[in-house]
Amino acid sequence: MLKVVFAGIALLLSLAAPAPGEEVVNVYSARHYDTDDALLKKFTKDTGIKVNIIEGKSDALLARMKQEGELSPADVFITVDAGRLGKAEDQGIFQPVKSRILEKQIPESLRHPEGLWYGLTKRARVIVVSNERVPAETTSLDYESLAGPEWKGRVLIRSSSNIYNQSLIASLIKAHGPEVTEKWCRGIVENMARTPQGGDRDQIRGVAAGEGDVAVVNHYYLARMMDGNEADKEAASKVRVIFPNQKNRGTHVNVSGAGVVKTAPNRDNAIKFIEFLASNEAQQKFASGNQEYPVVVGIETTPILAGFGTYKSDALNAAQLGANNKEAVRIMDRAAWR
Amino acid sequence: MSQGGGGSRVPWVLGSCLAALFVAIPVGVVLASVFRSSDGEWSHLAQTRLGLYASNTAILALSVCALAAVFGISTAWLVTMHRFPGRRLLSWALLLPLAVPAYLSAYALTDLLQFSGPLQTWMRETFNLQAGEYWFPDMRTLGGAITVLAFALYPYVYFAARIAFLEQSRSALEASRTLGRGPFRTFLTVAIPLARPALIGGLLLVLMETVADFGAVDYCAVDTFATGIYRTWFGLESQIAASQLSALLLSVLFLVIGVEWMLRRSNRYHRTAVRCSQPQATRLGPVAGLLAMFLCLVPVTIGFLLPAGRLLDLALFQGDSRASEVLAELVWTSAMLGIIAAVIALILAMVLGYARRIRPNALTGLASGISRSGYAIPGPVIAIGVLVSLGWADHRINDVSTSMFGDEARTGLIFTGSILALIIGYQTRFLAVSLSFVESSLLRIHRNLDDAARTLGVGPAKAFLGIHLPLIRTGLIAGGLLVFVDVVKELPMTLMLRPFNLDTLAVRVYQLASDERLEEASTAALAIILVGFIPVILLSRLIERNRKSHQLKELR
Repeated sequence: MLKVVFAGIALLLSLAAPAPGEEVVNVYSARHYDTDDALLKKFTKDTGIKVNIIEGKSDALLARMKQEGELSPADVFITVDAGRLGKAEDQGIFQPVKSRILEKQIPESLRHPEGLWYGLTKRARVIVVSNERVPAETTSLDYESLAGPEWKGRVLIRSSSNIYNQSLIASLIKAHGPEVTEKWCRGIVENMARTPQGGDRDQIRGVAAGEGDVAVVNHYYLARMMDGNEADKEAASKVRVIFPNQKNRGTHVNVSGAGVVKTAPNRDNAIKFIEFLASNEAQQKFASGNQEYPVVVGIETTPILAGFGTYKSDALNAAQLGANNKEAVRIMDRAAWR
Repeated sequence: MSQGGGGSRVPWVLGSCLAALFVAIPVGVVLASVFRSSDGEWSHLAQTRLGLYASNTAILALSVCALAAVFGISTAWLVTMHRFPGRRLLSWALLLPLAVPAYLSAYALTDLLQFSGPLQTWMRETFNLQAGEYWFPDMRTLGGAITVLAFALYPYVYFAARIAFLEQSRSALEASRTLGRGPFRTFLTVAIPLARPALIGGLLLVLMETVADFGAVDYCAVDTFATGIYRTWFGLESQIAASQLSALLLSVLFLVIGVEWMLRRSNRYHRTAVRCSQPQATRLGPVAGLLAMFLCLVPVTIGFLLPAGRLLDLALFQGDSRASEVLAELVWTSAMLGIIAAVIALILAMVLGYARRIRPNALTGLASGISRSGYAIPGPVIAIGVLVSLGWADHRINDVSTSMFGDEARTGLIFTGSILALIIGYQTRFLAVSLSFVESSLLRIHRNLDDAARTLGVGPAKAFLGIHLPLIRTGLIAGGLLVFVDVVKELPMTLMLRPFNLDTLAVRVYQLASDERLEEASTAALAIILVGFIPVILLSRLIERNRKSHQLKELR
């Protein structure tokens, strides 16, 4: 028994310690998709740089880096949603990086103005409506219209503690100012079909099952359900997607992104790693694994996303979403959005 | 060295203080800023959310404890003292919910019972109902959280009660019956009071696990102290207010532990007489037997069959496409961490428990009390405590090294991000479990044995190895197995403290479930339950063996 335990300890320790002289990049990531693993292997094969990775919740990883201080081994921090990237920025986690490759590949609105972080995938917050109870003529909707009286008791949307909603509200603050946004939030709370609960997929299922008629969700949850098991496919067949605000500023889009950590011991490898993820080759796989849109223009999307059609997205710089995050939370609190 | 005197007790006391440091330092770090001003954050909390946290936590804790006590004690009494259909099977099946982490139970039950879940969809289709036309229990409520936690945690009480009932001699119970008390009154007035230390130990574990639970409560959308501490620390980034919340919670718990200790101090709970006779089981009539079977099936169904069945269904239906690739290594890592943590937790618990036995004073009492406190603190908060204290040590070592030998001698982080950090975190949190079993087992050993050993000039160490260790073996194995299961189920600390590239089963579940891929997460979730299954089977065999050895003695 004791032998087994010692063997176990030895094995576990050997996992942790890097071989001396080996080129590595240490990644703290709040994003996990199985398809990413294959991509990391490809990076190591191409460059000889080993990728060490810890995945966890965004806030917890930030707390860990803070405690590790200047001795932290972290080189790259990856997280989803500009609101969270903004939070990392506020805590002084990132260092500015200039890279011609990254600037060429990634559109300006999807990266930090000073190069603190770079968007790697794009997700749209779309409106999903019931085929049965929302007439087929309704092909165009704005976020703003969901607060109107005709939607009373029909709106499904998740909790205000969800970062995707916080960033959506942050974009509304930018578009309309805080007063109008607060009024809109009150309207949404008024129109809710039920107290916010569950994730985005639960909202879509709710529309399919008839608990509500319209839901606000990230596009990839619907795309994944269309590609999922029989029950999911059936639910997805009962709804359709509408990209909001096509006649004005465009649909709210957000990013998952990465930045180089201020104290990165392997700064060069960190930049190489992010450049790799933004390369044409990696972009397609990185985005399609989760049915997301690549940030690089002209890269092919998955067939399901191609079926969604093209859309106009809000040109607001994603960094602005982080900047307005706290105000967004306070506004939703005041509107009693659970 | 080993004379009957007190000199050789000092190492035990010192050891117990050292063991307590594993818990005291990380917890102390969290509480350190408790007296600092939180710049209005506290008054904001007090005005807005504190009342809700307090009432939710109190209702949750009381209800879960009450339900766990009712189901744990009554089922233990039924399977120990009665014969009815399915008794043998149920006697170990009642332990099975231990293998299901509360957060998985919450996922699975919610998935099963929600509006768009299979049950409600079936109901709507069969009876042609619309939304809002019927009532259905909602898992994402306080009631849902109580259900999940009560049926996930009652086995702690069941297990403690079953062992205690088995150890009660027939003579005490028969004396009660001879004196004219009916079976039910005997149960209430003799069996339960005799089993009290074990029952209280089990209930305290339930209480602490309940107030510290984050995953299940969060999933059920209930705001308690645990979620409040998490949100305050990570969301509002107000560590001072979060540490004040933790302190408030802990002081209430210390009050409970303290009151229990005061009440117990006057009594002694050795095994009643010599354990020569095992209680006789009475055969129940057909109706009573069916009722008993039904009562025992309720907790097994809610705590195990429904959640595990739903996960099995999901895993077979869809499951994790990469299972064959990753599962074996994840099982190995989880099991290894569990074994290492359990062995260390047992050693620390033996030192703490025995020191308190041979030197029952304020110091050893405090060491034992502190060592239990970690179980009541949410995992993410303990993780922060471990990160802060180990980070401090790492930075000091680095400072000394670089100032003596220059920048070349940068040591970096030695402890943070190592396996050691993870193991320390597990000790901080789960030492209470092993300690609870070691202490209650020690309490049942008659003091005459210690006195006899001392009279014969045997020192404490020798007495412990020769007398106590063999007698507490059952409790020791039980405590170790429970720590193992707890570590395999553990998620938040593992997520925050683990080294690079180290994944456990629970981490795999998190990676998939946090992204709303419950179907894919189901495979790893099922694997957690299976890994936990083995110790649970061992636990039940342990009880059986205990029973058989009693029967042998009886024959003699």
